[in-house]
Amino acid sequence: MAILVYVEHDNAHLKAENLKLVDAATKMGSELHLLVAGYQCQDVAQQAATLAGVSKVLVADDAAYEHQLAENIGELVTELGRDYSHILAAATTTGKNFMPRVAALLDVAQISDIIKVESADTFVRPIYAGNAIATVQSEDAIKVITVRTSAFDAVEQSGSAVVEAISLSKENSLSAFVGAELTKSERPELTAARVVISGGRGMQNGDNFKLLEGIADKLGAAIGASRAAVDAGFVPNDMQVGQTGKIVAPELYIAVGISGAIQHLAGMKDSKFIVAINKDEEAPIFQIADYGLVGDLFQILPELEASL
Amino acid sequence: MKILVPVKRAIDYNVKVRVKSDQSGVDLANTKMAINPFCEIAVEEAVRLREQGIASEIVVVSIGDKACQEQIRTALALGADRGLHIETEQSLESLQIAKLLQKVVEAEQPQLVILGKQSIDSDNNQTGQMLAALCGLPQGTFASKVEISGDKVKVTREVDGGLQTVSLTLPAVVTTDLRLNEPRYASLPNIMKAKRKPLDVKAAADFGVELTSKVKLLKVEAPAQRQGGVKVADVAELVAKLKNEAKVI
Ligand SMILES: Cc1cc2nc3c(=O)[nH]c(=O)nc-3n(C[C@H](O)[C@H](O)[C@H](O)COP(=O)(O)OP(=O)(O)OC[C@H]3O[C@@H](n4cnc5c(N)ncnc54)[C@H](O)[C@@H]3O)c2cc1C
Ligand SMILES: Nc1ncnc2c1ncn2[C@@H]1O[C@H](COP(=O)(O)O)[C@@H](O)[C@H]1O
Repeated sequence: MAILVYVEHDNAHLKAENLKLVDAATKMGSELHLLVAGYQCQDVAQQAATLAGVSKVLVADDAAYEHQLAENIGELVTELGRDYSHILAAATTTGKNFMPRVAALLDVAQISDIIKVESADTFVRPIYAGNAIATVQSEDAIKVITVRTSAFDAVEQSGSAVVEAISLSKENSLSAFVGAELTKSERPELTAARVVISGGRGMQNGDNFKLLEGIADKLGAAIGASRAAVDAGFVPNDMQVGQTGKIVAPELYIAVGISGAIQHLAGMKDSKFIVAINKDEEAPIFQIADYGLVGDLFQILPELEASL
Repeated sequence: MKILVPVKRAIDYNVKVRVKSDQSGVDLANTKMAINPFCEIAVEEAVRLREQGIASEIVVVSIGDKACQEQIRTALALGADRGLHIETEQSLESLQIAKLLQKVVEAEQPQLVILGKQSIDSDNNQTGQMLAALCGLPQGTFASKVEISGDKVKVTREVDGGLQTVSLTLPAVVTTDLRLNEPRYASLPNIMKAKRKPLDVKAAADFGVELTSKVKLLKVEAPAQRQGGVKVADVAELVAKLKNEAKVI
């Protein structure tokens, strides 16, 4: 049986996560179908058709799917998913929102946030904020899985899958989209960036995040934050890195004025290189940093920017 | 209106867990346990809705062994009215929890169910969504704001790109994110009062729900330990290391 992979997009662009999601799928089986559900999302379908290893792209283009409402998408994926051995989505806020509905409606478990595929039925996932790693085996007929894409490699965009339209409209009368306030940024997305520089409570206020921007510009980096910085209102919620925020694994992660609580480490400790800048030499972040620099960030950041 | 709040007993968020040497799981003997932080936020939100005169009764339910009555008492001390303990020695998966909660929803008929978005032990982030699907209810997950007016609830959700707002027809399921509110501390008089609030106990086995999951835990290991690196003396040394040693800039 084939594997159904749910494509993450904004109706115009394919998100970078999908390339890694497909990599995870190829480790479970060989026949991959992608599902693009959205509204006026034909461009996305065309982009999805280029992902290596994919044989078919199903497109459900309907106003009911414009905002990815969990009730509608959940019904759609449940109906289509009955014929598949695995249903996969990225462990993003979209995937986390509708996939458990699919699992419940199919009466199977969901396996959340996998970081490794051992075989078609055995998967590895972090628990306890990544302080323990569980290997689980599923005997469910259909495996419903969300994937931590940072743990997989991007596939090539060299394929040419068949694109097939699906006319299944799943409207619901109980939930409705009201609005969205999306953060606009010219920078790379946190979860896709090669370099991430994050600020914590030590930044003192939102204005001071400008000190990170100059460096981010020079390194082509995304900017992240600790929960403390978000809670204090320095920066918006979508910048939070950690157990309950975004999970990142860039080549270089620079933590500035962040103490290194386990919940923060859970979101970045798989980065290839970690730099910590903190004035407290006892800060736990130094225990996992490859390069630690003890000192006042207000002095260090301008110097760093100047020397890049 | 009535609000149902499922709360989970979980390891205290400050505790760093140890994996058992036989790889069968995590060593929880003598570790500090607490209400899962997201559930605490759920209780607080329900209490605020009652303080605003919107809710009239708050029922908390917890599924697990006897010890989770402690967390029910904590929720009662924070302001919930009544507790329900669904007792089982088995450790259940989210789907089984959601099926038990579905039975509670059918019996109690709450207008709103508020759950945490995620347990900090299993890190599943599933139960609320599963419950909503099983009950045929709309959901507002990862909520940072909840506003009720008439038969609707408007939920502001924390999503990857920023914020999204949805409007749901009650009854509905909401799951909490960290910034929904800051839970209060229980006062000593309220802790005393909570001891006298009603707490029903029922056996999970009596609900007619299949409690065994088809997912088997094969092993639990400690993560690869990251080696702490070196301290650099100044910015110049840092930049040199990043260029020449790590070769990442
Ligand atoms: C359920 C739950 C989930 C959570 N999820 C997350 C999550 O996803 N992500 C997350 O980040 N946190 C999360 N947390 C919060 C976490 O426990 C910590 O509270 C938080 O990470 C602390 O943020 P911080 O390091 O910025 O602040 P602090 O711990 O206050 O550290 C600030 C640091 O800045 C340094 N500093 C101050 N001034 C300067 C200066 N001038 N120069 C240099 N250094 C300076 C200080 O030495 C200190 O080490 C969660 C908590 C709970 C309970
Ligand atoms: N054993 C349980 N008893 C009561 N509520 C639970 C239990 N397990 C999970 N929940 C609820 O479901 C939420 C999400 O849990 P999870 O899906 O396990 O991450 C928790 O924050 C609780 O509100």
